[in-house]
Amino acid sequence: MHVTSAVRTPLVTGGKTYADVTEDVSRQVEGRPTREWTIAFTISVIVLLYGTACVFWTWWEGLGVWGLNKTIGWAWDITNFVWWVGIGHAGTLISAILLLFRQKWRTAVNRAAEAMTIFAVICAASFILMHMGRPWLAYWALPLPNTWGSLWVNFKSPLVWDVFAISTYFTVSLVFWYMGLIPDLATIRDRARSKVSRYIYGALSMGWNGSAKTWARYEYMSLILAGLSTPLVLSVHTIVSFDFATSVIPGWHTTIFPPYFVAGAIFSGFAMVQNLMLIIRVVFKLEDYITVEHIESMNKVITLTGSIVGVAYLTEFFIAWYSQVEFESYAFINRATGPYWWAYWAMMTCNVISPQLFWSRTIRRSVVWTFTLSVVVNIGMWFERFVIIVTSLHRDYLPSSWAMFHPTLFDISDYIFSFGLFFTLFLLFSKFLPVVNMAEVKAIIKSSSEKLPKSVSGVAKGERVTNPAFNKNVE
Amino acid sequence: MADVNGNGKFLVGIYDDDDVVLKAVKDVKQAGVRIHEVYTPFPIHGLDVALGHPRTRLGIAAFLFALSGTTTALLLTAYTEAFDWPMIVGGKDSYSFPVYIPVIFELTVLFCALGMVGTFLVSNGLGPAVKPLMFDLRTTDNKFAMAIDLSKNKLAEGDIEQILRSSGAAEVNVKQF
Repeated sequence: MHVTSAVRTPLVTGGKTYADVTEDVSRQVEGRPTREWTIAFTISVIVLLYGTACVFWTWWEGLGVWGLNKTIGWAWDITNFVWWVGIGHAGTLISAILLLFRQKWRTAVNRAAEAMTIFAVICAASFILMHMGRPWLAYWALPLPNTWGSLWVNFKSPLVWDVFAISTYFTVSLVFWYMGLIPDLATIRDRARSKVSRYIYGALSMGWNGSAKTWARYEYMSLILAGLSTPLVLSVHTIVSFDFATSVIPGWHTTIFPPYFVAGAIFSGFAMVQNLMLIIRVVFKLEDYITVEHIESMNKVITLTGSIVGVAYLTEFFIAWYSQVEFESYAFINRATGPYWWAYWAMMTCNVISPQLFWSRTIRRSVVWTFTLSVVVNIGMWFERFVIIVTSLHRDYLPSSWAMFHPTLFDISDYIFSFGLFFTLFLLFSKFLPVVNMAEVKAIIKSSSEKLPKSVSGVAKGERVTNPAFNKNVE
Repeated sequence: MADVNGNGKFLVGIYDDDDVVLKAVKDVKQAGVRIHEVYTPFPIHGLDVALGHPRTRLGIAAFLFALSGTTTALLLTAYTEAFDWPMIVGGKDSYSFPVYIPVIFELTVLFCALGMVGTFLVSNGLGPAVKPLMFDLRTTDNKFAMAIDLSKNKLAEGDIEQILRSSGAAEVNVKQF
């Protein structure tokens, strides 16, 4: 019953069997860390340690070590926060929205993309804690009656909505990701040869045995989780955009913000997924699972969301003129021609022009082009948030308050901290957990494999890892 | 899985292919054998129906948890903003429903997701460090196992083994718990 549509290109190449999938994905979990991994991990940890020291100094000395001033009260901190939250949108989009759309190509990339989402949200949250200046009082953001009476958090504030949105998003993404991991952790558990790894993966896999009843419930649960996560992922960046849109700052007070922010988030998130997957597929030799087809599909999403972002930029400009509000017009003309013109044009070039190159099939399917343009897109999306935040603030209502923002060493180092944190977590994930969802890839092998060997479940070529315990069952 | 706690004796048919095992379930049932359960490395659509498992009621649980989230958020916002410490912010009424929609939505999703996943784990007996009941360790890799509880079948062991083999089982093993 091997049915492959003639018009669809295969998603799994190399005629893989079920056993091959297990073998190819489990290899890096079971083997010793490679040299590349060790080097990359060491660098990440050093960066993280340096960053941590700088973050602690920021807290110790106070936010005065940043370049903020009376006019520009939000700068790199909130730019980085919005940037990381945006990156954290791709994972849930891939696993939830593409599940509802029955896009089979999601199966090979969803695991790593969801992990990326979780780590990106952790990085985003770290900027909120930094920005608080006194992180030990972070619980003030929660709806708890305070000690002086019964004053509560202000539920009318978008900043409180953000607390709920981001913590819910983090929790649900983590649960969704972990539930997806359980069957694969059971696979690793049953292959484990050392007592330690059998114990650890055994504890993590929660006693999974893959019975038909469990799978039926599991599939049903995944569907509902996807249904829940779809509006959730759209709500998160909508609410982040409310932080700006509900204010009365020219350039922020715009009803276009929610869809514009969501599109931008998916745009930058997919660019980051591309960067990570292009490295993973080579380092872990997973080219048969993460194929050029997958890369092309993600590039199409980048082109679509990049175009939406481009239209949003132009719409903002048009409305600034069409509304005849002089403050709004000034804000936009100042963005393009004022002292921060370079940030604006960096954003326009990176976000509007570069994704349009993907209309060319050659560029869309080229690994080098994809990697380069994905980096460019993420630079552009950082500048977008910088433009929105710093450029809108630096011209205050009174010309005497006009100011410029100059980043200090700590602005830069605290941003570097988030890269150290992100890559340390991501490298740990990629070493100790299966980076491709084995169960889901096995489920699509019959419909999406390049060619099917006689028995899909046949034993893999070469030496096969067998568990001594497993032979007891075989008479 | 309470029925496997004793010293149950099982026959385990090992299949190589998902389509074969799906057809085998129908054939084995036709031959009058009661199947305990089938274990697979990935979900096979229609397998639970073929085995006669009732439709999961997880959706009802999810709905109730979602409802509890909505109620919690409605009560929390109403109690704090309308009764306990009324505040007028931005010229809005101290209780103004539309601005609470984001919080109500988020808590609905949060309660629903956590409650449903918790129900899923409890109903399947899954939890940290639970010892799995594995009929064959290869079922998380590339094999499909059909377990037959001998104490629940009147047919002789040899006959059942014959039925399993003719349904396409590559091997038939005995598993004692």
